[in-house]
Amino acid sequence: MLELNPGLILWTIITFIAVLFVLRKMAWRPLLGALTSREEQIQTMLRQAEDAQAEARRFLEENRRQLAQAEEQSQRVIREGRNMAEKLKAEIIEKANQSSRHMIDQAKDEIRREKETALVELRSEVADLAIAAAEKIIDANLDALKHRKIIDDIIKDIRPS
Amino acid sequence: MTLSSFVSADADTTRRAVEGAVALDGPAGPQTMGELFHQLFQHVQDAPEIELPLLGHVHLPHISPLHIGGVTLDISITKHVVFLWVAAALLIMLATLAARSNRKNRVPKGWGNLMELFVVFVRDEIVVPNMGTAGVKYMPYVLTTFFYILIMNLLGLIPYGSSATANISVTGGLALIAFIMIQVAAIKSQGIAHYLAHLTGGVPWPLWPIMIPIEILGLFTKPFALCIRLFANMTGGHLVIVSLFGLIFIFKSYPIALTTTAFVVAINFLELFVAFLQAYVFTMLTCIFMGLGMQVGHDEHREDHAH
Repeated sequence: MLELNPGLILWTIITFIAVLFVLRKMAWRPLLGALTSREEQIQTMLRQAEDAQAEARRFLEENRRQLAQAEEQSQRVIREGRNMAEKLKAEIIEKANQSSRHMIDQAKDEIRREKETALVELRSEVADLAIAAAEKIIDANLDALKHRKIIDDIIKDIRPS
Repeated sequence: MTLSSFVSADADTTRRAVEGAVALDGPAGPQTMGELFHQLFQHVQDAPEIELPLLGHVHLPHISPLHIGGVTLDISITKHVVFLWVAAALLIMLATLAARSNRKNRVPKGWGNLMELFVVFVRDEIVVPNMGTAGVKYMPYVLTTFFYILIMNLLGLIPYGSSATANISVTGGLALIAFIMIQVAAIKSQGIAHYLAHLTGGVPWPLWPIMIPIEILGLFTKPFALCIRLFANMTGGHLVIVSLFGLIFIFKSYPIALTTTAFVVAINFLELFVAFLQAYVFTMLTCIFMGLGMQVGHDEHREDHAH
């Protein structure tokens, strides 16, 4: 079992070398070629995918930033609008208050004026009526001019305070 | 040598073995037991005939030996030569199919994908770690070694099959090629001058008569170990199976026959693993030795400048 057979060694070497040359041309070169080209292709694809991913991430970041900006802007617009409205409201109310107060004052003045006019009229009317009445009640010889002063004084005294 | 080839194919040997075992029953001694094992061992050994289904034993052509100088070359076609060729034909067919499949499909699939798995394994786990990227140019040799040994190993596990790698002449031939490749890789990498300088071991010249024979011997021990390792592993597995079957004919008892058969099945699975393992080990060690030669070159450079 352990003896060497030179013929078999020769056959082994011949067969091996034949197999080696046939396979190198027909199998190993094409297999390794396909393998390396595919590996390169995968490398390129991976790099491209990474680039695309980076770009997508950049776009996303950009989008997010713009969204945040828009959000902020809209918030500001709303806040400004609200402030303006508040101010406008206060102004309108103030104006209304003012005009109403003004109107009330005017009305009060009018009333006072009317009252005074009325009082003056009333007073003269009362004086006349009183004189007429006094003339009728008291005797006719009463000196009109002389007593008029007294009656005026009386009327002045009865004037409501 | 397998379970089925033993049990079904070789009726002749089985009959003779059974007769031998029957003889063991009587007062017969080691003579008949020796006869039995002689019959069984013949399955592992080379023979000038092969067994085929239906045809039985087929005698192979005998070629008269060549005499070259004092060496006698018996280049008769024997069983193991036939299995060398069967393995070669199978390997060429399978590898070509894989190459064609991978060239056709952009994404490898099926058989091409399986072959590529091994090719990538050989390249990334065996060649590049040991020889660096410079070793890729030896890929055809390394791949052929791996697959050829693997297929020869596996052929021993099928019915009617035989492992050519269980023959020391075949592993010797493979080791001889490995030896040449190791030297070629070393010489190509470091140049013939550095290669020869390395044989002196870097010792002063008076010691060269001692050092050079030792270094040259060192070159031969590596492939010698490759040769013996592969041969012994493949033969050993087959002998274990043969011996287990021998137990059946010695004890002639059903329980032992069943147990033995179970053992043989288990050993067959082990052999399947060993077939891959030994192809890997042979290839791996060849690459390590080639890589050593390729690396030594760089160390020598530095040493020479230091001198």
